[in-house]
Formats: sequence, structure tokens, C-alpha cells
Amino acid sequence: MAVTWSGRWNHVRKVTERTGPFAHPDFEPSTETLQFLQEVCHILVIGAGGLGCELLKDLALLGIRNIDVIDMDTIDVSNLNRQFLFRPKDVGKTKAETAANFINLRIPGCNVTAHFAKIQDFDASFYRKFHIIVCGLDSIIARRWINGMLISMLSYEDGELDQSSIIPMVDGGTEGFKGNARVILPGMTACVDCTLDLYPPQVNFPLCTIAHTPRLPEHCIEYVRILLWPKEEPFGAGVAIDGDDPAHVSWILEKSQERANEYNISGITYRLTQGVVKRIIPAVASTNAVIAAACATEVFKLATSCCQPLNNYMNFTDIEGVYTYTFEAEKKDDCVACSQKPQNISFCESDKLQDILTYLLESTTYQMKSPSITTAINGKNRTLYMQSVKSIEEKTRANLKKSLAELELCSGQELYVADPTTPSSLTFILQMGTKME
Amino acid sequence: MIKLFSLKQQKKDGESAPERGKKSSAAQLRIQKDINELNLPKTCDVNFPDPDDLLSFKLIISPDEGFYRGGRFVFSFKVGQGYPHDPPKVKCETMVYHPNIDLEGNVCLNILREDWKPVLTINSIVYGLQYLFLEPNPEDPLNREAAEVLQSNRRLFEQNVSKSMRGGHIGSVYFERCLK
Repeated sequence: MAVTWSGRWNHVRKVTERTGPFAHPDFEPSTETLQFLQEVCHILVIGAGGLGCELLKDLALLGIRNIDVIDMDTIDVSNLNRQFLFRPKDVGKTKAETAANFINLRIPGCNVTAHFAKIQDFDASFYRKFHIIVCGLDSIIARRWINGMLISMLSYEDGELDQSSIIPMVDGGTEGFKGNARVILPGMTACVDCTLDLYPPQVNFPLCTIAHTPRLPEHCIEYVRILLWPKEEPFGAGVAIDGDDPAHVSWILEKSQERANEYNISGITYRLTQGVVKRIIPAVASTNAVIAAACATEVFKLATSCCQPLNNYMNFTDIEGVYTYTFEAEKKDDCVACSQKPQNISFCESDKLQDILTYLLESTTYQMKSPSITTAINGKNRTLYMQSVKSIEEKTRANLKKSLAELELCSGQELYVADPTTPSSLTFILQMGTKME
Repeated sequence: MIKLFSLKQQKKDGESAPERGKKSSAAQLRIQKDINELNLPKTCDVNFPDPDDLLSFKLIISPDEGFYRGGRFVFSFKVGQGYPHDPPKVKCETMVYHPNIDLEGNVCLNILREDWKPVLTINSIVYGLQYLFLEPNPEDPLNREAAEVLQSNRRLFEQNVSKSMRGGHIGSVYFERCLK
């Protein structure tokens, strides 16, 4: 049942059915564009938190109907001030399902599918379904994972990137009053790992300050978290701190208070303790709204081709007034994630690992010095051979005499080769059957 | 400019390109590079209990000069998926009488915490740790008693280090023998 009414999509049609001074030169106004957005275009939103709620609302109101959302979290009472798809009765429910239900009820015709899961629970066959992926994440590890996934899905023909294998990634991030939005065309423009240095480092206090010369309440809390917890193991051996467990936070609070008293430091509170333990930076609803809007606009531009996408990294801060700056983050030549075009190498099943090693050492193309070869089989990393580290060399030497079949290497298997002659690891795709000329 | 109008085609579930083995993570590729290019001083050695797991290993430092000459000190390295944005977690597994290493094995080395940068490598940390044995720094102590002795009486500190490495008590703390 697609409820609609006259003029419902006028705001979108003004852009998709007319041209304009900022339109992309190849843009052809058409009624089909709206139809594409509504019926064909399939968007994945990763994260249904502060940015995710905004993104789902923005995308749905732009006419996109086929949306999937992934989130591994449940709703906490502290989310309610800004994650506006959630109500007090929803506390404890899953973010993905609650957000999807809200949008589907509120925006007629919209079809959001929820996944209460981790992004790592899905493989390439899932991610390949989407035209564009938009992220509202709070974790660098998750960003790098999805970035790596999209890069691994690229295909090359004769060394040329097959553009139809590209799934654009729009990534938003906020931290208090600061935020950024960026567009990544995997394999073509700077990726998450190209700009890894741009992420602000985690604030870490010197260990000796924490241990002996605390001056701030945070130093006292860090003392308990880093030094006292592993020593006293108050909740049993090997139990890690859970910042959402009130018993854990209360224990840390009490011990931090004792230490603060010893050094005449004031200002320890439950809130601060939990904030330090969970590394909470207070979220600002307006920053999320701006960044999500920028990301949704980019999704719209990419999906309709009505305008050149952001090139390619926008910073935003509203600490004092409003400031934004856009620049072109550069693709790194030696990026571990995206600089590699996987190269095909052909061997037979009966060939030995030694044959691959000899090839890397002696072929005129590579002339490597001491290559190490690793692979991943069923998601588990395996070191096939590494010469330069004695303890690994001894344990992997036997592999050299094994055939590729014995090593369970099949056609299409990726091999990762690090060598001092190359700035980053090389990726090879093993082609079985025909012997290399 | 990417031809985005090709987007207008319906995507089909799980079609096209055959599934390649899931790609190694960026952290994994970077650590492989770091490990392959370890350039260890002759006083250091690394040991990988499981060669398939390049994210966890031991570093053994056997200083050949300074206060700690003749000792053998084992450090455990745990590298996470955040590497190299986040530094590895390093602990000293050998009980050592040292101003910058406490009795639980925590190590006070700036590049392991506040001064870590993604351009640094495992090799940088190895050199940093080796330097701690050559030049223990009493200014930033973790083991304050040891630091005070080093500052006030270098001879006594030297004796304490020798005694601890041979296996013995310093004050009420017993140190296991760790001579090579």
C-alpha cells in the first residue's frame, strides 16, 4: 500500500526534473529519476544512533524507499535526547528494528529493513546488493572494516578498474561540536585508510602521571581503570570493565574517589567516571543533524547524478560560530587498503609454495628480497611463509615443500605479500590450472 | 567522473564476481609489513607462538651493556584491529627492578601511549624499549622506589639491579632470576 498525495514529491522533482546552474554537465532532467529513487535505488545505512536516526529520516523524506539499516546496539535512556526515532518505552529494544519500524509507520511507502547485527556478520554478497552505503559510525575499526570490504569487492580487467564494481561510501562522523562528511569512491578516491592519520588520537595520559603525579580527576579514574582493575580483578579474573554495568562503574568511582582524596583532587562524579571509562564525548544533536544532512545530500547527488558529489572531505565545527572547510583528501600511493590492484598469478595445483616464492624473487617484474606470504582462509589468517623472522621461518619452512593443493589454496585465493622492495603489501589472486609462461 | 547512471540498474543479490577469500584487514596487512621488515638490534629477538597470528607475539631483550647487561626480559605485544591508529598493548612479563616498569609489567614509554602516531612501527617500539634498558629515566617513574634509588645513589641502584636479576629480594619484593 503506497499512500501518496498530489505534490508530495514536488521538493525532489524541482531538482530531478529541471536543470540548473549547479547541475552536473551530463545530467538529464527526467521523471525517471524520482522513479529510480523510489523503486530501484537501494541504500544501506550503517548505524542507527545519533547520525543514523537523522540519516534514515532524511533519506526517506528524499524519496528513497528501499533502505536497510544495520546496528548492533540496543536503546539506552541516554540516547533519547537526540535519537528521535526512539521513545522511553523503547529503552532496551534494538536500535535497528525500532528505527526501521518508526520510519515505516511515519513515512508511507517507505520500506526499511532492520538488521540487529554487526557489520562483520555479513559478507560481500550482502553488501553487493546496495547502490550506495552511508555510515553513521562512532568507531574507526568499523569504518576501516567496511572500507576494506568495499575495496575487496572491486574488480579489475586488464589492470583497469571496472566502474560497475564500485559502491560509493558516504561517511559521516561527529564528536561534540565538530563533524565531518566525506564521499569515498573505493579504488578511485582517498579511502578511510588513506587518511587514517587525520583521525584525532585518543587522549592518553602518560602512565607515570597516572601512577604517581595525578593532578586531574581523570588521572585518578584512569589509575583505577588501567592499574588497579587488572591488579584487584574486583569482579573475577579476566573480567573486562563494562562501562554500562553500574556495579563496575560504582566500584571504579569509589576507588577513584579514594585516590582523589589522597591527592586533594576534587570533581569525581559518577558521570565523569562513566565518561572516562567509556571515552564519552558528549554528543550534540545539532552537529548530528548538519552532518547527516550533508551525507544525505551526497547520497541524493550520487543516486540521481544531478550534481557533482562532494570532492571529497568536508569539515564542520560550530564551537564558535559556524565554520566549514572542504578539501580533496588525496589517495595515498602506499595505502595498505586501496593502493593495491590485485594481480593475477597462475600456478598449478601441484606446484609447490617454493615455486611461488622463487617466482617473486626471480621474476623481472618483482625481484623481491625477502617476501613473506600470508593468506586468509575462511576468515582465518594464515602465514604461509616468512623468512625474516626466525621463529616464523622455522614453523612455516615445511610449507615450502607442500603443493598448493595441500595448502588448501584454490583458484581465486588472495595471497598477501610483504617485501622491503614495495611500500606496502601486494595482493595477488591465485589462478589455478594454466602454468605461467 | 564516475558514470553513476549505471547505478540505475537494479542490483541483483549475490551475482557477479566469484567470491574471493575474505580480504585481510588493513591492520593485518600493515602488521605483516611491519613484522617482515623488523630490523632488530642484536640484543633483541621476537617469538611468535602461533605463526598464523601476527597480532600477538613476544619480544625478548637481552641487553649487552648498561645496568641490565646479562638479563633477559620478555615483553608481550598485542596488536588490535585499530592498528596503526591505536598503539599495540605492550606488557613486560619479566619481573624487573626498573624505574619505568612497574611490578605488574606496565611500561611507561611515551610512544606506547600519549605520543603514539600511525607512522611509527613495531620497530620504533622495539628501539624505545631497548633504550629504556640503556637509559632508565628516573624523571617519569612507574616504580618510584627504584627511581629514587637511581637518583640518589647510582651505585646502590646498580647493585639492586644485579641482585634482582640474579634472583633475590629488594626490600620486600622478590624478583625471579632473569639472567641469560
